[in-house]
Amino acid sequence: MACSVYECLALIGARITENRDYLTDLDREIGDADHGANMARGFAAVVEKVPRDNPDIGAALKKTGMTLLSTVGGASGPLYGTAYMEAAKVLAGREALTAEDFAAALTAAVAGIQKRGHATRGEKTMLDALIPALEAYTARIAGGGSLSDGLDSACAAAREGVAYTKTIAATKGRASYLGERSIGHQDPGATSAAITLEAIRDYTKG
Amino acid sequence: MKKLINNIDNIVNEMLDGMACAYPQYLRRLDGYDVVVRAGGSKGKVALVSGGGSGHEPAHGGYVGKGLLDGAIAGAVFTSPTPDQVYEAIRAADGGRGVLLVIKNYTGDVMNFEMAADMARDDGIEVEQVVTADDVAVENSTWTTGRRGIAGTIFVHKLAGACAEAGGSLQEVKRVAEKVIENVRSMGMAVNACTVPAVGKPTFDLAEDEVEIGIGIHGEPGVHRQQIAPADAIVDALLDKILAEGIYHSGDEVAVIVNGMGGTPLMELYIANRRLNAALRDKGLKVYRTMVGNYMTSLEMEGFSITLLKLDDELKALLDAPCDAPAWVQG
Repeated sequence: MACSVYECLALIGARITENRDYLTDLDREIGDADHGANMARGFAAVVEKVPRDNPDIGAALKKTGMTLLSTVGGASGPLYGTAYMEAAKVLAGREALTAEDFAAALTAAVAGIQKRGHATRGEKTMLDALIPALEAYTARIAGGGSLSDGLDSACAAAREGVAYTKTIAATKGRASYLGERSIGHQDPGATSAAITLEAIRDYTKG
Repeated sequence: MKKLINNIDNIVNEMLDGMACAYPQYLRRLDGYDVVVRAGGSKGKVALVSGGGSGHEPAHGGYVGKGLLDGAIAGAVFTSPTPDQVYEAIRAADGGRGVLLVIKNYTGDVMNFEMAADMARDDGIEVEQVVTADDVAVENSTWTTGRRGIAGTIFVHKLAGACAEAGGSLQEVKRVAEKVIENVRSMGMAVNACTVPAVGKPTFDLAEDEVEIGIGIHGEPGVHRQQIAPADAIVDALLDKILAEGIYHSGDEVAVIVNGMGGTPLMELYIANRRLNAALRDKGLKVYRTMVGNYMTSLEMEGFSITLLKLDDELKALLDAPCDAPAWVQG
């Protein structure tokens, strides 16, 4: 499909900003109460720095990753920054996305997060939303689904993953200091990851 | 929320400008960055660079000076600084003999500093790192992020800083830092939480008669919550946990920090130290030096932490070496 990568990023930013207090409240339960504020600050900078009219998706995502890296801080900055920069490598020079392109980009993004965070699924992190989302997406398009179909499946799986984070104890990140006390609380990073995928889905549906 | 600030988005910037105005003899701010470095530079010595989120003042900028740090990076409140900022600090602090990064063990700090170290190495700067993890409140396990770095980090700045000032090589300075990390343990508690300006409400809620045991330095909740008890009983509980580590034995000499979290009256810190000193004596531990005050804070949190460092002759000499920085002047 043809798209404006800027508009898609702006929609992600708008959703993050709408959920700023919600994300911060989740982080307040098990972390240090800054996830919403940090992500909103990062995307405010992204919307300012990514050119509106450059159709190169890879270039826009690279700029997004570098901007998040230099404005978000904490663990989220390197993790989201790495995710966008890894996706950017896969999509360099592209001006439109196929369902397969998105699978490749999401795969690279998830691999980047795993490497940077030394984490895997089941540790109460954003990967608990993203890995199931990636699996659901690839399964759906392998069965002939479109980009939009794939994103429907990915978002549903991401939300299930977010719910799953409530049931487990954190072993990575600041929430891990709480150990068993973190059970019952939803992971803010998984939540912002699900919000991101939903924004992309909603953008593709116009 | 009631705070003595101007614009929430400009807190760190205005704080650093204020520090730079106050201490031109010690430090200067790097133009355009949230970084302070030693006023006279660090030519010919190994440079120590540390940093973290803001809100821990005087850490870390207050420790930039002779015999301590060469550079410090201030992130947003309680948020690790970003790699570009750390990278600029490394470049500015490097005096030609390499840079040791002192990182407190938080997922974000480690990731951001490591990315910056990689960038600096690409420029040909020799960079090593140590990670402090002195907080015994959280269990140490290969399955977790590991322990947090808290007030014990100050001893790493001091002793590794003394080694660097005396002309130690990067490997020697790193060895000293690691030796301190091996021998330092801390644990803290909060009577009341703090409020991050950008959030506007306390980071956790405590009832009138509750305290939080085992807190970190970012306003994060602790290991458990209990009824308030007399200061002596709280000191005993924190000390027991530190001694259970099994690294401090009767006859050992220790240096002690009774660290205020920012909003604790000195009066209460002295009351805590009174008990701590007696309890250490009862255990046969000899107190070589005691520091009581706000060294690694958590905004206006009320509470304190206890830090013990086991000393030998080498560490004693490094602790006794002169230093001169805004937050630590020693002749």
